[in-house]
This record gives sequence, structure tokens and C-alpha cells, in this order.
Amino acid sequence: MVDSIKQWLRLLPRELRDFSDYGEVPERYKRLRRNMMILGLLGSLVPLSLMAIVNYHQYQRALKGEVLQPLRASVSRTKHSFDLFLTERRSAVSFIASAYSYRELSDEKELARIFQVMRREFGGFVDLGLIDSSGIQVSYVGPYELKGKNYADQAWFQEVKIRGSYISDVFMGYRGLPHFVIAVEHQGGTGESWFLRATIDTDKFNNLIAAVASDPATDAFVVNHLGILQTPSKFYGRVLDVCPFRLPPVSHEPNVLEVMDHAGREVLLGYIYSDSMDFILLVVRPRGEILKAWYTLKSELFVLFVVSVVAIILVLVKLTDLLVKRIQEADEKREAAHREVQYTSKLASIGRLAAGVAHEINNPMAIINEKAGLIKDLIECREGFPDRDRFISLTDSILHSVDRVRGITHRLLGFARRMDVKFEMLSLNDLLKEVLSFLEREAFLRRIDVRLQLAEDLPKISSDWGQLQQVFLNILNNAFEAVEDGGKVVVTTWVPNPETVAASIRDNGKGMSQETMRHIFEPFFTTKVGYGTGLGLSITYGIVKKLGGDIQVESREGEGTTFTVVLPLEARGGAEG
Amino acid sequence: MKRMKVLLVDDEEEFVHTLAERLQLRGIDALGVTKGEEALESLEADPPEVVVLDVLMPGIGGLEVLRRIKGRHPEIQVILLTGRGSEKDGMEGMRLGAFDYLMKPLNIEELIKKMREALGQDR
Repeated sequence: MVDSIKQWLRLLPRELRDFSDYGEVPERYKRLRRNMMILGLLGSLVPLSLMAIVNYHQYQRALKGEVLQPLRASVSRTKHSFDLFLTERRSAVSFIASAYSYRELSDEKELARIFQVMRREFGGFVDLGLIDSSGIQVSYVGPYELKGKNYADQAWFQEVKIRGSYISDVFMGYRGLPHFVIAVEHQGGTGESWFLRATIDTDKFNNLIAAVASDPATDAFVVNHLGILQTPSKFYGRVLDVCPFRLPPVSHEPNVLEVMDHAGREVLLGYIYSDSMDFILLVVRPRGEILKAWYTLKSELFVLFVVSVVAIILVLVKLTDLLVKRIQEADEKREAAHREVQYTSKLASIGRLAAGVAHEINNPMAIINEKAGLIKDLIECREGFPDRDRFISLTDSILHSVDRVRGITHRLLGFARRMDVKFEMLSLNDLLKEVLSFLEREAFLRRIDVRLQLAEDLPKISSDWGQLQQVFLNILNNAFEAVEDGGKVVVTTWVPNPETVAASIRDNGKGMSQETMRHIFEPFFTTKVGYGTGLGLSITYGIVKKLGGDIQVESREGEGTTFTVVLPLEARGGAEG
Repeated sequence: MKRMKVLLVDDEEEFVHTLAERLQLRGIDALGVTKGEEALESLEADPPEVVVLDVLMPGIGGLEVLRRIKGRHPEIQVILLTGRGSEKDGMEGMRLGAFDYLMKPLNIEELIKKMREALGQDR
């Protein structure tokens, strides 16, 4: 940004550029700018980021809660139906075991009748059999020929003996349909026990689960503790396939996880572990569908955040730049003012000294004046005085010299007097003539051709005589220094427009380089090796600006230099320098 | 025409007496004194029409002398001589009742002209 400003500045004439912009920005302003920027960024971006993070999490919680709650609810509901279904079937088997005696049940005709009722009332039962305490199937109703089969060595038989009831995992049974087994133990009055075993097909609870997964994107199924599918899944395999999900952590409350499935889809996995039985209900929904609103909001939040950050950075950069520039300008102005004050007070001291000397000289001069005057008077009175005319001419010469001294001392006194700032109506032409009178002697000795081209009708301006005197004295001194002996200095005044008057001082001296011209109004810049303070033209610049005017310089090496001062008819007092 | 009567006050003896003599040569009744006190005494004894008064003097300063003259004899015209460049003293003097101020070294013709103006004899 600074560079682009410099680019623009380059388009301006060199002398119009603010001299504070010359050269590189000092290190301390760069540091200041950097520190301000860092502080500003920290001060704005940290709270903004914190707010964004907090917002993000709050929205996330709220929105997710909103969409996840129904999923949890349906998981919970389905699990309850499922539990209920199994409990009901187990209770039915248990009831029959209790309601009928061993004898009744061992009668296959009786057993067949009971089985018919069971099928009608509950549905899903495939077969029913009675097993005695030694594990032998005593009676059986169903599609297989299982009567007399010994179950003593089977794991489920051992388990039902210990626990009193048993529900198996799903297995492929009759006609390749998935089934599971419910078995209950009955303790007879005599201490003897026997077992009732029923097989149930899974169609029924498939229907239960299908109710949850009614929309095409949703999948619901049951797995056992080994991750084997107990019911068919839409996307994750058939019954008895291994479920591709890793089993979620045990939770008897409905819970939802965000996971990725084997196909790489991001899904929400709702699940619950059965309290009493060995199964886990899983409900899978694609995440994108459900959390669409959340993702939209998230990207909107992100865009808002990025836009804010960019805006903050832009504003900060601009602001910091402006501020540092202002500070730098203020510093420079203060420094320049300080220098000017120093210079002015020095000038004032010189002025006072000059005034004192002039005053001291005036007294003896007055005496010389009167004495010579008296001599002349006396000679003039006496007609017969020898060499009368010669004496008169001698005294005239003395009186003339005294007049010259008087001119000098009065000018010196006038110079000191004009150190005080005051506005008055003045003629720029008169002022230039007076300033030139200071330099008459030098012009004469060095045979410098000083030409005046003053506009006759130049209006008077309201300005400060003393200050302007200093301005033109400085410029004329520079011109005199620039020209060779016998050179030429032209002083011109004109009226560029009704609000201003202008004066230019053109010399045919050595001129200056572009580089020099670039620094000409800079304080402490000097080409006068060894004796210049480098303040003259910077003070000149300051005064002209203070009086509401403008100063410009044109120069060509080897051809000469022209200073042009433009002054308003009414000095805008207190104008920024 | 009646001779003009002038009192010259300046601490430079050489200056004041020479000037007095030159004025006398021009038919003006001029008396030179070098001190403020002296001037005031002489003024009482023989009041002049015009006083030419140096501002910077040891002892009683020119402006103080002026104040006293104007206090007692407001009809006496006073012309101040200033050596200093500042017009401040001159202005101050005119505020106190001086007719005008001139700067040293003097042009005698100019001084006489001013005195005549002060007495209203300028034409």
C-alpha cells in the first residue's frame, strides 16, 4: 500500500511532493507499524475466533440435538418392540411349560394341538419339542424328524440348564430361512426337570425393524455380540453375514455415533444394546441428508468468518498506515518547527546585536554630522575664506558619507525591528527593492547584472514584511552564490490570478541536479560543504507555507535555477506548513 | 519674525552644543543641555517653544522628561530623537504628547522644518 502511494507520488512534480516523503521510512516507524498491526490483529482476531468457535459449538450442539433426537427415539422404540416381541415369545413357551404336565406334553397329539394354538395366537413358531432332563427329545411337532434326538452335549442345552431359559442366535434352518430358538426349563414338583424348545422364524421381527427403516436411505438391523447380522440389512449384508461396522461401545441408552461405513460414506450410527438379551440394534442413516442444514450453516459461518477476518485485516492495514503516517508527519513537523524556532531565535539574537552596534555607531556619527555641518555653516558665512569652495566640497563629502552610514545603520535597525511577526499591507515590489539594496554592494563588486522586471500594477498584499524579507534574502543569496562573477539575476513580479501575486528569481548560475532539487527544501540539506547550515531554504519553505503561499523551484544543471514564490493577497494566517 | 526658542537635550555634549551653534547660525535661539534634570530647571527659568529631546539618556530618561514637561507645560512642543531602530520609543513618545520623532544622525534642514511644523509655522 505504501508502495502504491509512492507510485502515485512519483506522478507529481518533484518539488510539489511533501518533503517528508523523501527517502525510506525510518526503522522505528516500520517497527511501530508492525507492533500496532500485531496488537490490532490480536485484539480483534482472538475475540472473533473465540466467538466463532463458541458459536460453532453451540449451533452444532443445538442443531445436532434437534436432528439426532428423533433417531435416538426411534432406536429406543424399536428396541422396546423387539424386546417385547422376544419376551412375549419366551413367555408363551414358558407358559405352556408351566400350564401342561410332562405327560400331556409328551403326547404328540396333545403337543400338536398346543402348537396349533400357539401358531395362531403368536405367529412365527416353526416347531415345538419336549426334551427330558437327559437331553432326549421326547415329543416333537414340526417339519423335521427330530424325535429321539439327543441334545445333551449341545451348548444351548447346558445353558438352559443353568439359566432356566435360552434364546439362540439366528441360524439358517428349515428351507434355508433364518430361525432362532427359544428354550425354557420346567422344574417339576418331584424335583425332576424337563425342557420345552421352540423354533421361531425371523420374518416377524424383520417386519418390526423394517418399520424404522421405512425411508430408502435408512437402514436398520440387529447384530449379536460377535457382529453377525441377525436380520437382513439393506446395505450391509444378509442374515449371518458379518456386519461391516465395528461394534460400538456398550450402551443401554440409545446413542448416536458419526462413523464412516465400509463404502466410505459418512453415516450416523444409532444403536442400543439389549438389556437382557444378546443383541444390538443398529440404525444407520447417511449423515449428509440429516445434517444438511447444519452443513449449510457451517459453511455460512465459515464464509462470514473469513470475510470478517479479511475486512478486519484490510481496515487494520489501512488504519495503521494512516496512523503511522500521521505520527511520522507530526514528528517531522515538530522537528522542523523546533529547528525553525532555534534558527529564528538565533536570527533574533543576531538582529539584537546588529541593532546594538548600529545604535552605538549612530551617536558618534551624529557628532561627526554636526561638526562637519558646523564647519560647512561657518565657511559658508565667511565670504573671504581661503579655498572656500574646496572646504565646502570636503565637508559635503563628509556629510554624504555620514548619510551613507545612516542608511546602513537604519537598515540594520530595520532588519532587527522586523523580527517581530506582524501583518501589514505591503508592496512586494518595494520589498524586493529593499532586499536587493542589501546585496547592492556584492552585486557591484562581482559585476552581477541584477535586472528588475516588476509589474507596475502589482496589488498590495497583506503579509509579514520581515518574514518575506527573510524569504527573498535567502533566495537571492542562493542565486548570488549560484552565479559566476558577471552573471545575471532577474527578479520578476506578476499577477497570476486575482487572488495572488507572484515573484520569481531567475539566475543563470550552475543549476542543480534532479537529486539536489529533490532535497532542496529538506532541513539540514546543503551543498555548501563546510559552511551551510542547510536551514535556509527549509525555513524559507516554512515561512512561505505559513503565509499561505507556495514556493516552487525549476532548475537545469549548467543553465540556472528559477525560484517562484506565489503569495495570496490575504495571508491565510496559521495555514498548515 | 520672532526668533524661535529651542531647548536641546542630549547626553552627548559635543553633539548638543554643535547642534545649538548651527541652529543659532540659522537665526534660532537654541540652548543645549546634557541632562534631564538640567533641562527641567532651564525649562522653569526660561521656557522655550520647542524641546528637542534624546530618548536614551543617563539619569532621567527622555520619555520621563517628556512626561514632566507635558505635565507642567503642555503648550511646549517636543520633538524626540531616537537612536534605536525600534519605532516603539517614538510611538510611545507620541502617545505621551511628543509632536514627532527623528532619527540620529540628523539632517539639520529636516529638524528645522519639523520644528516649524510643530509651531504651526510650516508655511
